[in-house]
Amino acid sequence: MVLLLLKILYIIVFVLISVAFFTHAERKILAAVQRRRGPNVIGVYGLLQPLADGLKLLVKEAITPSNSSKTTFVIAPLLTFVISLLSWVVIPFDEYSTFAELNLGILYLLASSSLGVYGIIVAGWSSNSKYAFLGAMRSAAQMISYEIAIGFLICTIVLCTGSFNISSIVYYQAQNIWFVVPFSFIFLLFFICVVAETNRHPFDLPEAEAELVAGYTVEYSAMKFALFSLGEYGNILLMSSLVTMLFFGGWSSPGDFLSFIPSHFWLGLKICFFVIVFVLLRAGLPRFRYDQLMMLGWTIFLPMAISYFLLVAFGLFAFNALPL
Amino acid sequence: MLLKKKELFKQLKNFTLNFGPQHPAAHGVLRLVLELNGEVVERADPHIGLLHRGTEKLIEYKTFSQALPYFDRLDYVSMMAQEHTYSLAVEKIAKISIPNRAKYIRVIFCEITRILNHLLAVGCHALDVGAMTPFLWAFEEREKLMEFYERVSGARLHASYIRPGGVSSDLPIGLIDDIYLFCTKFIDRLAEIEEMLTSNRIWKERLVDIGVVSSENALAWGFSGVLLRGSGIPWDIRKSQPYEIYNSLQFSVPVGSNGDCYDRYILRIEEMRQSVHLILQCLKVMPSGLVKTSDSNFVLGSRLDLKKSMESIIHHFKFCTEGFVLSSAETYMFTEAPKGEFGVYLITNNTEKPYRCKIRAPGFAHLQALNFMVQGHMIADVVTIIGTQDIVFGEVDR
Repeated sequence: MVLLLLKILYIIVFVLISVAFFTHAERKILAAVQRRRGPNVIGVYGLLQPLADGLKLLVKEAITPSNSSKTTFVIAPLLTFVISLLSWVVIPFDEYSTFAELNLGILYLLASSSLGVYGIIVAGWSSNSKYAFLGAMRSAAQMISYEIAIGFLICTIVLCTGSFNISSIVYYQAQNIWFVVPFSFIFLLFFICVVAETNRHPFDLPEAEAELVAGYTVEYSAMKFALFSLGEYGNILLMSSLVTMLFFGGWSSPGDFLSFIPSHFWLGLKICFFVIVFVLLRAGLPRFRYDQLMMLGWTIFLPMAISYFLLVAFGLFAFNALPL
Repeated sequence: MLLKKKELFKQLKNFTLNFGPQHPAAHGVLRLVLELNGEVVERADPHIGLLHRGTEKLIEYKTFSQALPYFDRLDYVSMMAQEHTYSLAVEKIAKISIPNRAKYIRVIFCEITRILNHLLAVGCHALDVGAMTPFLWAFEEREKLMEFYERVSGARLHASYIRPGGVSSDLPIGLIDDIYLFCTKFIDRLAEIEEMLTSNRIWKERLVDIGVVSSENALAWGFSGVLLRGSGIPWDIRKSQPYEIYNSLQFSVPVGSNGDCYDRYILRIEEMRQSVHLILQCLKVMPSGLVKTSDSNFVLGSRLDLKKSMESIIHHFKFCTEGFVLSSAETYMFTEAPKGEFGVYLITNNTEKPYRCKIRAPGFAHLQALNFMVQGHMIADVVTIIGTQDIVFGEVDR
């Protein structure tokens, strides 16, 4: 029992620490792109900045708007935060350390990330603010539509490995080939969908600061706001690790001659790569419009995902290679 | 709970959204009341006046030289262009002719101001559409330009440099070299900003065919500047009614064809290139000589004379307290400010203060067309269109 709790604590603490430094990395990378310095006052290279930010948000007065429905207003950020942490239980950090070795790990992941939309809807609805409401509507529509495409793309991978278990997908890739090689196009589709799913640039319409100010978080302040951003950044890390698991061989090293380096190092390296891509996208691209985003999701990504799924399925069937 | 029949037939109401004045895309203090049908805008009702400072009335109580700084504070991103228009109006009534060097300096700084303004316009437009990097790059360049402002006038923003009768002081030593250096590098910086935007698919999707204004509509709404040229009307006051030395300089006036936000963006970029071209030409042929008219009635005398002659002190004192008298006359002077036609309608009545000073701000005319431009577009496009109109509330509210 104690061991279990310790394990939980271990995951939570490390996820939160990575989230903190992810925000710092984001600010530093953005600054580098934009010819600025970024945070550099608190700590060496501003490394303590995330802690200072956290402290500031912690001690700030938490405002609850008088028009909001109080209980749900408080529940919403908790929901986002908890759900984002929940998904980490099925992520294998290396060969031996997975919190819960679920046979339907990927389905669990899909389900929990779908639940994430509730936090956003509840937040938008309970704030009783028009901007928050519009942001929540957009966010819900966006997350749901891109999840369908993500589902089909994951199915394609599952079809090849014959398992919903994330560890066995990783093992499969470690033994054979990273899926990014045969399925580089699916990887691209998947990554773009993941960007849309996590509400990041160029799909960050729910919190489009130029239009909706901050979207569904507009009425939130202090710790409640912090929970939202922790949840969101946690989700980005989670999705980066999912991309790694599905296409880049998870914790496996790129070649046998490099296998003396511990496997969690490889996982961290790969996640970092995707995190940097996330940030660079934010630095480089303008934002889509709401209808363009929907058009893209339903008329391009979804048909492509379905047709790829069918293509792979028929291909495997024709060559009698279905892993049954 | 029973449903009442009246509630069953309740009419659907449109969503009314209060956009601004504390909104990041409101470019200051624009308050828009948006009537939304879903995300589609049915009606946009701009409310102005939150930055009204009564500039025109205040000017009536100031001497002609005291009124000048008010013009910096109208459109606070194209400061000197407005001082310039006012100075021209005063000079026209007083029939002052200014030395050639002053004209060149004025043109150089008017074009620097144009770059200053367009950098902000393009940068903020990009930020509104979601690309944050070009904004910061543009501000880096603006910083250098504001340094030039500071070096000639001591102020980064509200320069009061171009004055009736010339400019307040000659260029400091080395400034011309630095402006030249800036010009040679700026073309590359501009290309970098363009690289991020011009052929970017998302940027195009957000801008092409948004806020289309036909040439008839552009004329009917009283557009000027980039918004008019974007709709295909080649109207640039620097060409059509040249002032200062513009008719002796080579430059082209880019004209759009579709009248959408993308055309206007391209025009702004191209106008910056033309401005650099103009500055380089001026630097090449700038004559030496005085920078103020020699008619001491209208300009402050040399500070050195104050130490030597009693008459100079008296003149200095009279100039600073009473100002100078202009005979009864009225004039409308207009120039091609970065945002469009900036006009000053000045009436004098044989006193040292203007009887009336009506200011024609281009942004005001553009803002009135906002409702017309955003109808049927989505909320995100409202932000794009506000960005492309490049409105600044200092001049709209005055």
